[in-house]
Amino acid sequence: RHEHHDVTIFTILADGNEKKGDIERAKSEGKELTKEEKQRLRKEKKQQKKSKEKKDDKAIQESGKETRGDSSAASAPQPSTQSTAQKAPSAVPAPVSVPASEGPTPADKPAKSKAELKAERRARQESERASKQSKKGDPGPQGAVSKSKAATNELQPVVKRLPEHIQVDNPDVLKKLAKKLERQQIPLRLDYGYKVSLFSHLHQYSRKAPLTQQLSIPSTVIHPAIVRLGLQYSQGIVAGSNARSVALLHAFKQVIRDYTTPPNEELSRDLVNRLKPYISFLNQCRPLSASMGNAIKYVKKEISNIPSQCKEEEAKQKLLKCIEWYIKDKIILAATAIAESSIEKISDGDVILIYGCSSLVNHILCEALEKNRKFRVIVVDSRPRLEGREALRRLVQRGISCTYVLISAVSYILPEVSKVFLGAHALLANGYVMSRVGTSQIALVAKAFNVPVLVCCETYKFCERVQTDSFVSNELDDPDDLIVTRNGQTQLENWQQEPSLGLLNLVYDVTPPDFVDLVITELGMIPCTSVPVVLRVKNVDQ
Amino acid sequence: MNEEELVEYFRAQMRKDPDMASAVAAIRTLLEFLKRDKGETILGLRESLTWATACLMGEDSSVAVSSGGELFLRFISLTSLEHQDLSRCKKVMEERGELFLEKISMSRNKVAKLCHTFIKDGAKILTHSYSRVVLRVLEKAAAEKKRFSVYVTESQPDAAGRQMAEALKKLNVPVTVVLDAAVGYVLEKVDLVIVGAEGVVESGGIINKIGTYQMAMCSKAHNKPFYVVAESFKFVRLYPLNQQDVPDKFKYKADTLKSIRNLSEEHPVIDYTPPSLITLLFTDLGVLTPSAVSDELIKLYL
Repeated sequence: RHEHHDVTIFTILADGNEKKGDIERAKSEGKELTKEEKQRLRKEKKQQKKSKEKKDDKAIQESGKETRGDSSAASAPQPSTQSTAQKAPSAVPAPVSVPASEGPTPADKPAKSKAELKAERRARQESERASKQSKKGDPGPQGAVSKSKAATNELQPVVKRLPEHIQVDNPDVLKKLAKKLERQQIPLRLDYGYKVSLFSHLHQYSRKAPLTQQLSIPSTVIHPAIVRLGLQYSQGIVAGSNARSVALLHAFKQVIRDYTTPPNEELSRDLVNRLKPYISFLNQCRPLSASMGNAIKYVKKEISNIPSQCKEEEAKQKLLKCIEWYIKDKIILAATAIAESSIEKISDGDVILIYGCSSLVNHILCEALEKNRKFRVIVVDSRPRLEGREALRRLVQRGISCTYVLISAVSYILPEVSKVFLGAHALLANGYVMSRVGTSQIALVAKAFNVPVLVCCETYKFCERVQTDSFVSNELDDPDDLIVTRNGQTQLENWQQEPSLGLLNLVYDVTPPDFVDLVITELGMIPCTSVPVVLRVKNVDQ
Repeated sequence: MNEEELVEYFRAQMRKDPDMASAVAAIRTLLEFLKRDKGETILGLRESLTWATACLMGEDSSVAVSSGGELFLRFISLTSLEHQDLSRCKKVMEERGELFLEKISMSRNKVAKLCHTFIKDGAKILTHSYSRVVLRVLEKAAAEKKRFSVYVTESQPDAAGRQMAEALKKLNVPVTVVLDAAVGYVLEKVDLVIVGAEGVVESGGIINKIGTYQMAMCSKAHNKPFYVVAESFKFVRLYPLNQQDVPDKFKYKADTLKSIRNLSEEHPVIDYTPPSLITLLFTDLGVLTPSAVSDELIKLYL
């Protein structure tokens, strides 16, 4: 199914290459283009794309119908939903580009007149809406994607686009992404295996096919430190929110050290453009975390604030210092401050429950041991990552008495527990906590037993996003991780052959603020509902 | 000003105006201490003020005194960075201190003005123990010619509820004193519950006379609104997770803390009510939901 899909994308790209050649040439000469000329160029590009889309739309539908014929016997609901998702979004964005084309009319106009095209599109939209009404039982996210795109239409000027990484089932977005990656000379990573329909809007990659295998040697576009980092991310060697951010910042430091400004370029603008393909590459290796996003925003801001008369060496030193300050202040010192506040909440005789391996929670427990608090720890772990074992190893090495259980035993062990300490991957603007999958379950059971739940999180992990469920935006890990070999037998070895079997390996989940009693940040102890206030205060500071 | 003078001044303030909140008396005492202080440095001043607060805590160990002292200290440290000359600094501090005192003496009236509209004609109100703020609210409601009746819990071990009942009888409000154990029994007759607070904590919960937590749980079970009236100087930087997490220095009276060695046999005089059981808080900053308390505290302290 997916193979056919991808082939069509590449044929489209092959067609568009000669058009792209013009645009590339224009770009390389167009450094001196004024803003208006650039805008006009963009509008012309949109026109050309629109005319191409008309022809290619029909091509996709033809090939799509063939594939549907093949697999219709096997998975009946899947292709129909795919088709509605394919057709609906492609119909909807076309009207968006119509107002843009009302401007300067380029030389190569589409064959049909504009009115006829509009009528065609409107007819298609009506038929989509009718078919959607009849198929009310479609999975939520797909409908939500097309609905939100329709809403996008009405509120055009003030709207935020949906991020690309959660629109994987939308062929237009995929096309755009593929084009962007080709422009940046980064290989596109292909999705692997059958995706459960509720999560078909997310990427799912295989660990056995790292992106680095598709890179040419030597790679002139991507700095080797970034290539190494990407490989470390995709193989899971560097995992955990803080570890990934720190590794990213160190790699950026290396990039800055090796950077030389090309002639006739300004460091503040060129370096930012240089970083963009790196970030796309890392995103392809493993989707960026919220903490990494904030770190990148900070680095980009610092770079663009370099004054133009600053000499190169000086500017680079300044940037290196800024990055070092960020790591020291937002991660290391924050951990110290959080540990200080948390130790007040740990009293003698406490039984503390932790889940998985959070660097911050481990740090807090080790500090509490230094301050001679008497407590014992229960480590809860879950498959397939079994990160709890790492936490167990670290704590036992320090001499803390620990108990180890799997998450299925959590309701058995909770009556013994006096407090639950959880780490977070990100804190969302509506107070929801995004963390490793399983955290929400533990918070729920703890609430049922009236055990206080404390979340420890640095403020650089606070993000402006709002999310109320774990479906909309998540990460799908390699499904082969769920396969286990016991007594020489691997039951799920041939899971891909079973057409009705899907393996789902989710990475994150969201915990509502009602289950969390307290959030400990370096600014102090706050209830979960006060996260937007802290975000507001932080933005005012910056 | 040494310890005895401090404590004596504090007691005198409380005696002079029995209607004054203990936190206000504490702040007045600290202001007087500031006026008479002969220190030479800002840091020395801060240290002596901290010491003075600790002395007052030794006299009256309520949360309100602690929060009042902390607010005053924070108030002082805000002004200390502006002037180089210590004497000028002190003058500015004294002026600001007087201003602060004036503002907070109006706070009870502000609270009463906000709250009395929630008492409808013919309402039956349940309250706990003796609270001057609740008294002021009920006074205002009575002045607005509203007819209501009040149930007061006896509130052992000091039977403060009877004091409240006497005060209400003087206002010609029909009042009934009930046993602490009869809260669940009486709640079906009641329309709303109003209590005061000794301290409002960061999570939006309150610390109040023992028995408040029970009352809050029962009103939640009966779906009756549970209102808290408190002035803003009672906001304190504590975040208890449960009853056990409230520091011992607040739980027992000052004399008990000094004399008894084994506290586990003593009865605590306060308890903690979590924010999930509170409907609304009426403060001089406005009518707040429990989650908004933290926002206000962030504004005050961050």
